[in-house]
Amino acid sequence: MAAQDSVGHKEFLTAGGHHMDPPIVNVKLAQDILDVCRSMSLWPMTFGLACCAIEMMATGMARFDMARFGAEVFRPSPRQADVMIVAGTVTKKMAPAVVRLYEQMPGPKWVIAMGNCAISGGPFKIKDNYNVVEGVDTLIPVDVYVPGCPPRPEGLLEGFFQLQRQITGKRWWPVAAKVEG
Amino acid sequence: MNEFIQNLIPLVVAVVGSMAWLAVNALVLVYCERKFAGHIQRRPGPFEVGPHGVLQTLIDGLKLMGKQLLTPDNADRFLYWLAPILSMIPVLLLFMPIPYGPVLTGMEVDLGLLLILAFSSFNGLALILAGWGSNNKWGILGAARAVAQTVAYEIPLLLTVLAIAFMTGTLNLTEITAQQAGHIGNWFIWKQPLAFIIFIVAMFGETNRAPFDLAEAESELTAGFHTEYSSMGFGLFFMAEYGYMVVICSICSVLFLGGFHGPIPGIEGWWWMLIKTYALLFLMIWARWTFPRVRFDQLLNINWKWLLPLATFNLLATALIMKL
Repeated sequence: MAAQDSVGHKEFLTAGGHHMDPPIVNVKLAQDILDVCRSMSLWPMTFGLACCAIEMMATGMARFDMARFGAEVFRPSPRQADVMIVAGTVTKKMAPAVVRLYEQMPGPKWVIAMGNCAISGGPFKIKDNYNVVEGVDTLIPVDVYVPGCPPRPEGLLEGFFQLQRQITGKRWWPVAAKVEG
Repeated sequence: MNEFIQNLIPLVVAVVGSMAWLAVNALVLVYCERKFAGHIQRRPGPFEVGPHGVLQTLIDGLKLMGKQLLTPDNADRFLYWLAPILSMIPVLLLFMPIPYGPVLTGMEVDLGLLLILAFSSFNGLALILAGWGSNNKWGILGAARAVAQTVAYEIPLLLTVLAIAFMTGTLNLTEITAQQAGHIGNWFIWKQPLAFIIFIVAMFGETNRAPFDLAEAESELTAGFHTEYSSMGFGLFFMAEYGYMVVICSICSVLFLGGFHGPIPGIEGWWWMLIKTYALLFLMIWARWTFPRVRFDQLLNINWKWLLPLATFNLLATALIMKL
């Protein structure tokens, strides 16, 4: 079955739908400062698709607390969000909605694919798959992949740090020690 | 001409001062709100950006400025961009007649209270323009709710303010503060306890704050009237909301808690006003993170069936006692 062929960039992503003009005034220092600001206040969109969303909620709760890094402001409207966490299985029926939400976000914007389903289709990537999009990156550009089924909240936080590194070119927080055995 | 300039300079200083006061308050209050929310929910809140996260709101503000400004395709461009400005500008005027200290009054107006009540209604207009102009069904639903709510809650608010005006015989806020001089027993909260409670409840309704934030109820309406606003359009609404909170808490402390007068005679100054205003602001933040949002019929029932009759009764009782 050629499942993947029916869903792809061409189908949903409108031309210029996620287009951003280059900055009118491009001063490196100002851009760098803005980049640091952007990376320190990544407001995610209130948007969960499946079980990974539960882990995403856990990341915002007391034990892990995304708020420490300024990322707890879950905006209900895509117009005010900076980062879209695709948390869960993207079905073909959901695909147009995901793309539309992505296009509604004003730039600069980023996407985190959270969990194996969003990365590649995960357990649904089988021969008889008829309804699951095999990887959200076939629909929209993805910046950070957080593997796991579902990833632990620490994993999502690490994904945020990785995104901050991509934006500013620097890792801001200490790396967790490796536990042997 | 000379006199005109002499009058103009303090006014300009006062407007600039209000702008600074508003911006600083927005920064401090958003930080306090997020930090309070964190501690109420047993988590640290913003922590890593600056020591204990103090730079968080500043950075959020800069990020909002650096974001793409969007106007929806079918929006009414003029109304769409008029709305956040119309929401923001009257706040600056509202700070003018409030006496923050014995000399710290922007402009002594005889009808100060009336001025504040009149110009604070602009917010309702701004919200309906935002909802209408953005051509979004969530926006218009949020705007309809906001208008029903602000119009409803304005009435008990006016009636309680009127009760104070009956007692003092003036609408001048400086005069009202002066009548509460002396010790804590002279504060109007003891003479008008019912009015104070009604004012506090109506305060939440007027500023669209939780548990009465139906206009931007994200569980039902995406983001209500500001659904389509990105970048600083949203930022202006946000700043205006905090501005109105500061204004209404300042008025509450002037009307009921003695303004800049301390609890014992002899110590008066702007710091009392600051302490009282911030105590009320923290009450608002505390309520937001404690109570769930009410349903819309409950919201209007509280107003029309309880606050309005009680406020009317309070006003009539005040008038009767004053007459005797």
